[in-house]
Amino acid sequence: MTAPRLAARGVRKRFGGVVALDGVSLAAAPGEALAVVGENGAGKSTLMMVIAGVYAPDAGTVELDGRPVTFAGPGDALAGGVVLIHQELNLAENLSVRDNLYLGRERTVGGPLRILTGGTKATGLELLARVGLPADRLNRAVHRLPPGEKQLVEIARALGQTCRVLILDEPTSSLTQKETDRLYEVLDALKTTGVTILYISHRLAEVKRIADRVTVLRDGKNAGELAKADVSHDNLVRLMVGREVTTLYPRTRAGAGDTVLSLADVRYRGGPAAGVSLAVKAGEVLGMAGLVGAGRTELSEAVFGVRRLTGGKLTLDGKPLTVRRPADAIAAGVLLVPEDRRLNGLVLEEGVGDNLSLPNLFSLSSWLGVGRRAEAALHAAMIGRLRVKTPNARQAVGKLSGGNQQKVVYGKWLARTPRVLVLDEPTRGVDVGAKAEIYALIDELAGRGVAVWMISSDMEELLGLSDRVVVMHEGRLAGTLDRTQLSEQAVMRLATGG
Amino acid sequence: MSRIFGVLGLLVVLYALLGRSNPAALEWGNLTDVANIQGRYGVLTIGAALVIIVGGIDLSLGSVVGLSAVAFGALMLKGVHPYLAGGLVLLLGAAVGGVQGGLITLLRLQPFLVTLCGMFIFRGAARMTGGVVSRSRVADAQPAFAGPLDSLRWVLVGKDADGLHFPAQFFLLLGLAVVVGFVLHRTAHGRYWYAIGHNEQAAKYAGVAVTRQRLVVYVVCSTLAALAGVLLFLDMPSVQSDSAGANLELYAILGAVLGGCSLRGGEGTAAGMVLGAMVLPVLENLVGLEGLSSDVIPAVIGLTLLFGTLVDELIRRRGRG
Repeated sequence: MTAPRLAARGVRKRFGGVVALDGVSLAAAPGEALAVVGENGAGKSTLMMVIAGVYAPDAGTVELDGRPVTFAGPGDALAGGVVLIHQELNLAENLSVRDNLYLGRERTVGGPLRILTGGTKATGLELLARVGLPADRLNRAVHRLPPGEKQLVEIARALGQTCRVLILDEPTSSLTQKETDRLYEVLDALKTTGVTILYISHRLAEVKRIADRVTVLRDGKNAGELAKADVSHDNLVRLMVGREVTTLYPRTRAGAGDTVLSLADVRYRGGPAAGVSLAVKAGEVLGMAGLVGAGRTELSEAVFGVRRLTGGKLTLDGKPLTVRRPADAIAAGVLLVPEDRRLNGLVLEEGVGDNLSLPNLFSLSSWLGVGRRAEAALHAAMIGRLRVKTPNARQAVGKLSGGNQQKVVYGKWLARTPRVLVLDEPTRGVDVGAKAEIYALIDELAGRGVAVWMISSDMEELLGLSDRVVVMHEGRLAGTLDRTQLSEQAVMRLATGG
Repeated sequence: MSRIFGVLGLLVVLYALLGRSNPAALEWGNLTDVANIQGRYGVLTIGAALVIIVGGIDLSLGSVVGLSAVAFGALMLKGVHPYLAGGLVLLLGAAVGGVQGGLITLLRLQPFLVTLCGMFIFRGAARMTGGVVSRSRVADAQPAFAGPLDSLRWVLVGKDADGLHFPAQFFLLLGLAVVVGFVLHRTAHGRYWYAIGHNEQAAKYAGVAVTRQRLVVYVVCSTLAALAGVLLFLDMPSVQSDSAGANLELYAILGAVLGGCSLRGGEGTAAGMVLGAMVLPVLENLVGLEGLSSDVIPAVIGLTLLFGTLVDELIRRRGRG
């Protein structure tokens, strides 16, 4: 066998007292797509950063075509043909696509004056064509592109350099199905040209679609490898978690009760002209499916008071509900776990405790101010109940893993008595272990009579957890599926307007 | 917490230098003189710091001080009783804060721009209100006001005809700091302000009335500036409309930053604000005692802040590991 295009051997990396990588190895051949899978904190991203020269390993080597390489930094790695595309995109949003394609390697004349020259149009168009973007995107400002196209621009930029190894860190987390499909096609085409692809992902379907082989990391070590044929949910989860996870979607709750929250012809600012009507019952998990942009998040934000309602009626327990601002919804027990926890769910710089307290401060206060003992009790109760892994309540929440952050968002609301829990992507960016815990929590809450309205783009979770699924398409309700009718095909047909 | 030790250390060094420069400087007389100025700066610093904590900035503070001082004098010249005039001036400050805060929160204009415009507008208003006002002019025009004015001066500034007896403005600052400290560190409002400064969106999704809370802070800030204007009038022999309070907005921001506020918002403590406000008057005193020309003061101020920022940043980087 010839030397692999890329190999990592016994890579170790520690940050302070934390061992992020404890002797990890992997190898990938030219034209091979290797998926790197693992729970949050397993060391996937760190490993990719070591390979791409962002971090220097404490021990071990990275080899390119059989030769050990030491990259002094990402620029060095780039010159060596190793391109890392981060989870958070690294494009200059205000510049045009063309300027972004050549950012940092502009074609200039005049020596140190660096006067820009033309001549990038033809090659720029060629790059766009290779990732399947239309030619009219070349001079468009990046911020005007949808997320999926931004991702493709990043890949086009990578292709403009000598790209031998392309590393993608959860590239599809913000893409629609259509955009995701296009990304797959581009990656397939790249593989045929001999580019090696390292692909970090949480999603099983994605791993199966794109990867030739899967390597699983756990706690900074190699946990095992799976050939394409052996990739299955159970196999992956067993390697990731290190034990059998049998019931990811528990169902201990009894049937649905009376309607708790109903929306009648609800319209909101910036939304479609036609209103949406639906009802959530006590003790049920109502799934809401739809493509990105179908208006699910917007609808939930309108009900929660973040967006202005412009028409229609809300009813809670049979009584009219007026929501002008989030405080109204919260007071009524209609609580939202937002889609983007880092932006809307948490104050990352503040402590776990401060975040848990934030929506509950008035009930914790007397005329002497916020009661410290009551607050400490709340923090201890929530951290214990949700099993948040944190050294103490003062730990900045931004330093926790995604799963633990998400638990804190739930904890903010559990101090109250929720009537309706609106979950927007309840487990986005959360590892399998924490996912199982969150699903159990949702089941438990529904069992206690909470009406759960769960917006999700994760088909498995939608099918596994929902008692009923409503599907949105272009801002309106395209249909309702009860448990007997539920299937991925049925959901997708409604979601795409078919 | 570590940020407080930084400014505390700086103060210790400055006072030590003061003592070395002239041992008499550490006697009661000089210290109370300095403390009195520290008190007035501190009132402003607290206002500026609160706005900075909620993620804003107020550049109009100095002009509001000037306008308030001039308006206070002008009202009394027109025959308004000193107590009533003081109250009206504080209301004027609240109104100024309400308008600027309204533009910033309701219309979503940038705080820097709104208060920069405010800086010019209120300075202009002060200059249109009157040229020079003073206690003696008020006493000449309204002899009946001399008594109330003297008692106000005694209570708020600690001065009578013989000069300074106790640093009343510093005591005022300490009282204010206790109240602000309680609100900031012990009430829901304070928590909201920090949360808004760090992440306005998350605060909004947690049910915090972000607009109203911010508006309140701007009103408090401008009211404190008006209070500082009244203090300035009472303290000084005369107040000139074109220069009174000039640059004070920058001194206040400086004090807030030295005291541990981050211009990114969400950081700062009441104790830090007091300590931060104490730095500049000591520095000015030191420059004077060293026999240096007052022309060096701006450069010394700038260098001190730069040094403080550097040390602070280095400490934080080490802390991050």
